[in-house]
Amino acid sequence: MVSPNTPETPGGAAAPSAAPRSIHDVVIRLAGNSQDGIQSVGGFLARLAGRSDQDVMTYMTIPSTISGGPSIFQVRMGTGDILSSGDRADMLVAFYQHSYDAHISSLRPGGVLLYDSDHVTPVEGDNRFTQVAVPITSGTVEAVGGAGKDKGKNIYILGLIARVFDLDVQKLAALIKERFGGKNEDIVRNAMLAFDAGYAWPQNNLHDLFYRFEAIDLATRASGRPQVTMDGNQALAYGLLAAGVRHGAGYPITPWSSIMETLRTELPKYGGLFVQCEDEIAAISTAIGFSYTGHLAITGSAGPGLSLKMEALGWATMAEMPLIVVNVQRGGPSTGMPTNVEQSDLLQAIYGSHGDTPRVVLSPKNVEDCFYIAMEACRIARTYSTPVIILSDMALASRIEAFDEPDFPKLMVDPKADLSDRGADFKPYPLDAITRHAPPGSKIGSGKYPTVTGLEHDELGHPTGSSKLHTQMTAKRREKIKKLGASLPSPELNGDSSGEVLLVTWGSTWGPGLEALKRINTAGVKGGHLHLRHIHPLPDGLEDIFNRYHKIVVAEINDEGLYGFGQLAMMLRARYANPAIVSVTKTDGLTFKISEIVAGVARHIESAHLDASLGVAQHSALAKN
Amino acid sequence: MSSPTLVSPPTPAITTAVPLTKKILTADHPTWCPGCGDFAVLASFYRVLEKLQYPHEKIVTFAGIGCSSRFPYFVNTHGGHYIHGRALPFAAGISLGNDDLHVFVFGGDGDGFSIGGNHLVHTARKNVNLTYVIMDNSVYGLTKKQTSPTSPIGFKTKTDPTGAIDQPINPMRTLLNTGATFVARSHATQVNHMVEMMTRAAKHPGFSVVEILSECVEFYAGAFDSSIPRKGGTWSLIQEKKNDGTPEDADRHDVTDEVAAFKLAGQAWPGSFGVFYENNVRKTKNVLEAELVTKARERTKNATDLQLLQATFAKMR
Repeated sequence: MVSPNTPETPGGAAAPSAAPRSIHDVVIRLAGNSQDGIQSVGGFLARLAGRSDQDVMTYMTIPSTISGGPSIFQVRMGTGDILSSGDRADMLVAFYQHSYDAHISSLRPGGVLLYDSDHVTPVEGDNRFTQVAVPITSGTVEAVGGAGKDKGKNIYILGLIARVFDLDVQKLAALIKERFGGKNEDIVRNAMLAFDAGYAWPQNNLHDLFYRFEAIDLATRASGRPQVTMDGNQALAYGLLAAGVRHGAGYPITPWSSIMETLRTELPKYGGLFVQCEDEIAAISTAIGFSYTGHLAITGSAGPGLSLKMEALGWATMAEMPLIVVNVQRGGPSTGMPTNVEQSDLLQAIYGSHGDTPRVVLSPKNVEDCFYIAMEACRIARTYSTPVIILSDMALASRIEAFDEPDFPKLMVDPKADLSDRGADFKPYPLDAITRHAPPGSKIGSGKYPTVTGLEHDELGHPTGSSKLHTQMTAKRREKIKKLGASLPSPELNGDSSGEVLLVTWGSTWGPGLEALKRINTAGVKGGHLHLRHIHPLPDGLEDIFNRYHKIVVAEINDEGLYGFGQLAMMLRARYANPAIVSVTKTDGLTFKISEIVAGVARHIESAHLDASLGVAQHSALAKN
Repeated sequence: MSSPTLVSPPTPAITTAVPLTKKILTADHPTWCPGCGDFAVLASFYRVLEKLQYPHEKIVTFAGIGCSSRFPYFVNTHGGHYIHGRALPFAAGISLGNDDLHVFVFGGDGDGFSIGGNHLVHTARKNVNLTYVIMDNSVYGLTKKQTSPTSPIGFKTKTDPTGAIDQPINPMRTLLNTGATFVARSHATQVNHMVEMMTRAAKHPGFSVVEILSECVEFYAGAFDSSIPRKGGTWSLIQEKKNDGTPEDADRHDVTDEVAAFKLAGQAWPGSFGVFYENNVRKTKNVLEAELVTKARERTKNATDLQLLQATFAKMR
């Protein structure tokens, strides 16, 4: 094992000409091809930030082709809250000419371009940026040697970045060892050789491009628990495990698949199982079958798969069966943009299926929230004996964030099914109480065994054609969801509690919304930001909040539709009949840039101060003074 | 730790030492038309449960959509009525969710061979431990006479007023092709035979399926007369190999011989009745999943759920 140079013992002869400059955060975009392992560089940086108590958020695009093709990984890391992956990059690492061509426009003025001098010829004399030629390929080949060719370029760049931003080399080395440790010793040694070469390069070649993150205020990390780093799909899967879910069924579809892969691998350790089914319909059917046996189960998909599950979802509403359905949204309709982000399944989630099907729809705001919303969904499904849909999206599914490890001893839910004997008065569908099913295996005191059914039924589950009962049972199914709505906490409200504008977001648009609010307030506009995690039912009291602002601007990643309103905006207008509710939408398949939201708000309010450039740092934090 | 399920108030333990009888097992009065073959299937099923004497609370009767799928309302056991064609994946969830249960699924030819055809294939290949009874009347009855996947060519329906033109499914060949580990065929006019077939299917470890020709008197009267002796038909029973060394045993059917089973399935209408195929060697999905759990628990040294999650998150620091 070759140990890396540490900052205390610089390997090169000449010391950097200037002391590292202090920065709050940095956005680094790595652009290459998908087989270059740039995802793993991003992963290392994200996990390092987590271990260093720094905040981090990543953003990646993976081509939807089967292998190869251009790919990027963007990581924003820094001190304090990191709410979005950043509008533009401070540093661009371009592995190929096409990477440079496609991404140079994403670099902020004053930013740093590191390009592989073996592959890239940048525009000469472009003095908007600091251009640095780095022999990425030849440097790697020289360091590693042998038959590996340029394999290890990613680790070379990791070393270089570690030096430039004064990252904790010991922790990085430990991460590399953990990552490659299971493989043979040569691989770890080669990785460390590439890392050392990349780490050593800046010493004699970068004169004043050395930075250090501001010190962390540890008081803001009050939980006393270490940070963990993972993507939203992982957080969601582990949230389900903590909530006592031990059964599930699914069918592969991007970007849901990694949840089922995690659960298929993890569940047997917990005594459970996950079934890969022949199709989406079989998957939800098997999951409801599990729930019927007393084990709250999970199925999931992306938009097209949710459509396939709709008939069964209607049954689960009618039969009042608890169930978790995850929908990781992507660009639609149909196969659409399967590796892009969109929030266009909201109305499908709430109103899809047939007949009157009141159901619960929740949406996580960030990666950490994927964990907690999974737990909350399970609590609601069990308490109200109802299907609950979790609307995640491609952005949350694929990005990595660091967050405080959950307090597991407090949170763990016992997964045991209740097969206790039921009394002689047991009814599966009492009109005056919330349904509590008796799973098969439980004895019924009356000797009359219950039927679960999709036909309209009486209190004992027997089919009925009675119009009176259909009215009563429809109300029973509706009222329990209203009861849930009345029990929900007030949603998160940031900024001014009244004023010119209230920005409303849901799902992964939370972070960009909150950052946009800061810029709006900085411009002297009084405004607040309301974020909805509970989409259906809505929490009580929203009309009072809405009445305190002149305009309510709902920002969401979907189309404005035929009538000029995004899906949540349309629903809020229908619910509150408030003409002040307006919409900011987009359908480019990408997460919101802060500037897009600010510009959208500016269109709706009459403010001389507000335009898209508002509050945006025009120059990169890395710019030379 | 909080309990996920809301436990009902404690009730005194129920002691059900009384044997299961038809009286106990009878629930709602069937909604079928007078003379429907399904009545006989239901009567036979009561007799099967009387014979097997499973604990009452561990029997589950489930169905999809169709005339025959009303079945669970007429049997007083835990059970349910699901959506069209999807009862098998639901029942797979029941069987895999609680391996103690005895799961029976009833349905018709539309449910099994048309809308649910794909589920039949995959539930069978996975060998989920449950019993599936297909009550085949060769017509859509509940929706009042449309062509079904087993309607013969020339059969006139509301969707084929000049007679069906599409090749019907051969149910037995289809079932053998799915990889089902127990495949049998019976006839609603033969109660003893139905009882025997369903009993053997119930006892079979794995996915067992019995196809029962059950006449729709309303929309396809006389469909199966050719195998009813008193109506001039031939009742051809499969003679199973006894391995008794007698010369006649050589001509008997070996139920473990898949090729011989396919030969039986290829016979001209009305064909033979009995057990076509039985495979007791292939493991059930229930067993295979349990083995995965055992191996995983060994690898993780029987760690508690809390320890497992904490260890996983420690790796993600």
